[in-house]
Amino acid sequence: MAWKRKDLLTIRELDPAEITLLIDTAASLREIGTREIKKVPTLRGKTIVNLFYEPSTRTRTSFEIAGKWLSADVVNFSASTSSIGKGETLLDTARNIEAMSPDVVVVRHSSSGAAELLARSLKCGVVNAGDGAHEHPTQALLDLLTIRERKGHLEGLHVAIVGDIAHSRVARSNIYGMRKLGMTVTVAGPPTLIPPHAQELGVKVSHRLEDAIRDVDVIMMLRLQQERMSAGLIPSLREYARYWGLTLDKLHASARSDVLIMHPGPVNRGIELSPEVADGPYSVILEQAANGVAVRMAVLFLLAGAMASQDGQAERGHGL
Amino acid sequence: MIKAQVLDDAALDRALTRISHEILEKNGGAANLAFVGLRTRGVTLAERLADRIAAIDGTKVPVGTLDITLYRDDLGLKEDQPMVRGTDIPFPVKGKTIVLVDDVLFTGRTIRAALDALIDLGRPKMIQLAILIDRGHRELPIRPDYVGKNLPTSRRESVAVRLREHDGEDRVVIEEPEEA
Repeated sequence: MAWKRKDLLTIRELDPAEITLLIDTAASLREIGTREIKKVPTLRGKTIVNLFYEPSTRTRTSFEIAGKWLSADVVNFSASTSSIGKGETLLDTARNIEAMSPDVVVVRHSSSGAAELLARSLKCGVVNAGDGAHEHPTQALLDLLTIRERKGHLEGLHVAIVGDIAHSRVARSNIYGMRKLGMTVTVAGPPTLIPPHAQELGVKVSHRLEDAIRDVDVIMMLRLQQERMSAGLIPSLREYARYWGLTLDKLHASARSDVLIMHPGPVNRGIELSPEVADGPYSVILEQAANGVAVRMAVLFLLAGAMASQDGQAERGHGL
Repeated sequence: MIKAQVLDDAALDRALTRISHEILEKNGGAANLAFVGLRTRGVTLAERLADRIAAIDGTKVPVGTLDITLYRDDLGLKEDQPMVRGTDIPFPVKGKTIVLVDDVLFTGRTIRAALDALIDLGRPKMIQLAILIDRGHRELPIRPDYVGKNLPTSRRESVAVRLREHDGEDRVVIEEPEEA
């Protein structure tokens, strides 16, 4: 199995072997983070541009560390400190950045499809670091890696994803990935936050937290974005926390003793997760962050290698 | 197409026993030694050498696994990029006498990559190189300390080391690509 794509845009377009290759490569690369000197020369001379139109701590830092551990040069553009705020369009910004010859552009944008638009117009590799409510493929990959590390396998596991499913790119990418790898997914949340045709994604739907978390191997809690309340989708944060917040009592009453609690961050403590659960023995939230660097190293390594192979093949072709 | 057999199972066995004795002789015992095998067959050979030294000397020499994929100088020159399968060195490299083990020594580029990979993990006291088959055609100034067999080859031939653990048999053969 070899990686052929120049871009990583969605989990939906990948086949199971490609997802497994990404996770396997990430698992092998994790060792670099345990070294005294966390640096390998693999991407020396490659340039990676982080183009972030939405605030992000974890994802941007994680891509930056991943690139640096592989010896690439990493440059960050964020909306608050660049010309993005001066009204330049996404494509104009990207073309100007491309003129500086980066090898990979990592993009986060509030519009679904932004990464694909860039991938179609740029010769360099493009990684989707979250586009609107569409996909966030590296988050799903790091979640899958974290689950596989803890459970030893993925096929046959049952995962409950709880919260604002309708607006969540994390949920969407995870649902595609988990279904492709033979996992069962239940989504749960208030009806206003569940997409209308959720079953078409191959998932079960539950409207009661206690039912959704019974007998599952993994509970993935999503961040509740406070603007959902002003949009009238939930009556109040207190009510949401009462019905949909995961507390130790609910966990002990309904969930299995070997359940894993995950959260893509940032956590609203006391809303979707009580502090005792977020910091408790079931939580693998910090492992998710650590695995994020390994997954992003794997993505950068495989994309750079695939592009170099294409160049190499073109050169070999000319030689004949 | 198999052109010739170079070592049968008994000859391969004798070569490993001789190398084990040479390692002990050169280093005055096994006290500060560690083996690092190059994936995949180098690791198997390193484990066999460690077993033999344990039988001769009573010392269990630790064995680590090195994946040099991240240190290659031909990323993108091959049709398919190689899989990263990971490095696993379960002992501190610093201050140790490391014996690198691989099955075939050819251009020397793999060993160059292995030296860089190993030194990134710490500063060994010394690095030595043990090879089952040295087939010549070096492109870098690298020479082995222990050799199972020197085997003059042409560049278009390939040498296949087959080991019980992977291939169900112990032998070394020269293969030649079929004429198209």
